[in-house]
Amino acid sequence: MIVALLVAGAGGVGAVARFVLDGLIRSRIASIVPAGTLVINISGSLLLGFVTGLVLVGAEPADFRIILGTGFLGGYTTFSTAMIETVRLLQQRRWVAAGVNGIVMLLLGLGAAVLGVFLGTLF
Amino acid sequence: MRNSPLHTRPAAVLLVFVGGAGGTVSRYLLGLAIPQLNGFPLPTFLVNVVGAFALGLLLEGLLRGGNDVGWRQRVRLLLGPGFLGGFTTYSSLCVETVLLTESGRYFTGGGYAVASLLLGVAAGAAGVWVAANVFEVPEVQPGAAHSIVTSTQVLHLAQPATLTQDPPGGWIDPDAAQLDDAARGSGRADGDGDGDVEGGIR
Repeated sequence: MIVALLVAGAGGVGAVARFVLDGLIRSRIASIVPAGTLVINISGSLLLGFVTGLVLVGAEPADFRIILGTGFLGGYTTFSTAMIETVRLLQQRRWVAAGVNGIVMLLLGLGAAVLGVFLGTLF
Repeated sequence: MRNSPLHTRPAAVLLVFVGGAGGTVSRYLLGLAIPQLNGFPLPTFLVNVVGAFALGLLLEGLLRGGNDVGWRQRVRLLLGPGFLGGFTTYSSLCVETVLLTESGRYFTGGGYAVASLLLGVAAGAAGVWVAANVFEVPEVQPGAAHSIVTSTQVLHLAQPATLTQDPPGGWIDPDAAQLDDAARGSGRADGDGDGDVEGGIR
């Protein structure tokens, strides 16, 4: 129960962090591929990899991963927005931009997660 | 104040917080209830695909009902970047894929990532399609000043920048946008159906 409340609070903070950061990036970078979601999802994957690496080597307890990982970073990153933004690009027949937003974001996110897990296991 | 960017307005931030908290804890509780499928991260997979469908349905439905202002905007903030943004997760998708491949389960990991992306895009498109066709939500409010907005231009306004955030320099009224298009003589106001709009709205 306590964990669920902490996950909710952390998720709310993560969602606000995403909302504000996305707004800041959008007001500064006008690009066809939405840069805000890209930056958020890649940085979030790096951080979750790092947190997971820390827990894997026993440096932090599992609840640490649940609240920070499932809660904050889960609330921070978003799959649904990335998908809808890709759909909108496809609707506009911006095939390359849609491919970048779909495939390249996933590859960069996976690369960031690999790096994060590696860095986390160094501790 | 009315023209300040959404992400600087306390009421908007509060709506995103409440929705994000609800979406995140829903994902957490579903993760406890839904079993992993022989190592396949079924909870995240289902949450993400269902969330993509729901976001497409929500955004297209709201958009076809009218402009992103007032209660419509509050519902969008609460359920879009709030609930569904917190409900779905990109970081778990990436880290779960990496953990699967690092434990030698290349097929499961690769299949999970590829299936998430393909079904996620398909589910999002299906949500948009359902809102546009099955519910037959009116494209525009009858009698409203912008009732000559074509379906192309409705999609035009559906660009992510206007859906999830105010455009740089504040909100652009669709009526003004039309005048803008007409003034440019871009020829895009004829609803040529290709969705490829060159106007200045982002």
